[in-house]
Amino acid sequence: MENSRRTFLKIAGISALGLSAKPVLDAFALDIDMLNKKINAAPKNGALTAKRWGMVIDTRKLETEEALKPMIEVCHKIHNVPVHENKRHEIKWIWEEGFKHAFPDLEHEYVNERVEHLPFLVLCNHCKDAPCVRACPTKATFKQADGIVAMDFHRCIGCRFCMAACPYGSRSFNFRDPRPFIAEINKKYPTRMRGVVEKCNFCSERLDEGLQPACVEASNGALVFGDLENPESEVRQLLKTNYTIRRKVALGTGPSVYYIV
Amino acid sequence: MSQNNHHDKEEKKMYNKGEVITGLVLFAVIFAFPFWYNMGKAAPVPEPVLTEQAKAAKECIKPKALMKTDHMQILNDWRNSVARDRNRIYVNSSNKEFDMSLSNNCLDCHSNKAEFCDKCHTYASVSPYCWDCHIDKPKEK
Repeated sequence: MENSRRTFLKIAGISALGLSAKPVLDAFALDIDMLNKKINAAPKNGALTAKRWGMVIDTRKLETEEALKPMIEVCHKIHNVPVHENKRHEIKWIWEEGFKHAFPDLEHEYVNERVEHLPFLVLCNHCKDAPCVRACPTKATFKQADGIVAMDFHRCIGCRFCMAACPYGSRSFNFRDPRPFIAEINKKYPTRMRGVVEKCNFCSERLDEGLQPACVEASNGALVFGDLENPESEVRQLLKTNYTIRRKVALGTGPSVYYIV
Repeated sequence: MSQNNHHDKEEKKMYNKGEVITGLVLFAVIFAFPFWYNMGKAAPVPEPVLTEQAKAAKECIKPKALMKTDHMQILNDWRNSVARDRNRIYVNSSNKEFDMSLSNNCLDCHSNKAEFCDKCHTYASVSPYCWDCHIDKPKEK
């Protein structure tokens, strides 16, 4: 008899505990719902879309440093890229590089004379398997659905792991507040702040407006931009009919920028 | 016995009474300084000032009360949508579409950041870091 009374109290106690736990669980469940809740959003009308964006750079049409300048300038201008006197603070999204630095694994002592002195236009390769994305501890650098390796500056904590991971030097760190070093701020585009990394974004903000990347627009046809996964695209046609090289392929990053030499 | 009796009758005495009490009063006064100094001088709750354009539009993306309490959450959702998914168009409950852009859309209407944003933020002692990167006056040439 005594035993059953004891059992009854035990069960009653556990039940009471269970009942009081329910609202707590509900509260947690609600929070998770809130987190997963997506707002009613859509892409812009007329935005350019692709499975994986890529670029073909025809170096035959870009023989001099002068020819590269307009592309570099327009990019840095519209994206509010600061100009620092001090080379160690330099920020670059797209720049010029010599063959032996751009393609160190293809360089040798008897390399073709034209190629040896050719200025190469280099930028973020928006790699298929981007090492910077893997290195980023906060997912500030991440892969978007169209293959663009994007940055969410709100999340960047400035650890610079991505800079160590990127074999192309495509990333720059804002050691200083960039604002005083921007000659003319493009009011349509944000700047960055001190302590974040930045790089080329394949002009995703322009693609969303239905526009080609700014460098492509300024290239007079030397740069071609398109969907690498679409066999009908202009980039694929160019890749089909021309021999192309990519930077440091042996590293397995799968760069999406191709060079016709 | 007699000793005990003597003890009971002894008056309880406070040492250094004058100094201690003065000290306590002084402490209380100084400790409460911010309260009595600012008594009756509480800053009135600021009302955000609307621009003519904002007044003409009558309604923001959501009802005013909701914008007052939830704008930070909305902006957070917007930034995630734009920066992560590149979904830049927001559709509100009356099916109106908005470009999710702080500088190019919100501040296009509310072009008076000092009067519209800063006033309340200063009052509430919050300092959002939006403006470290986002341009605050897109209309200014």
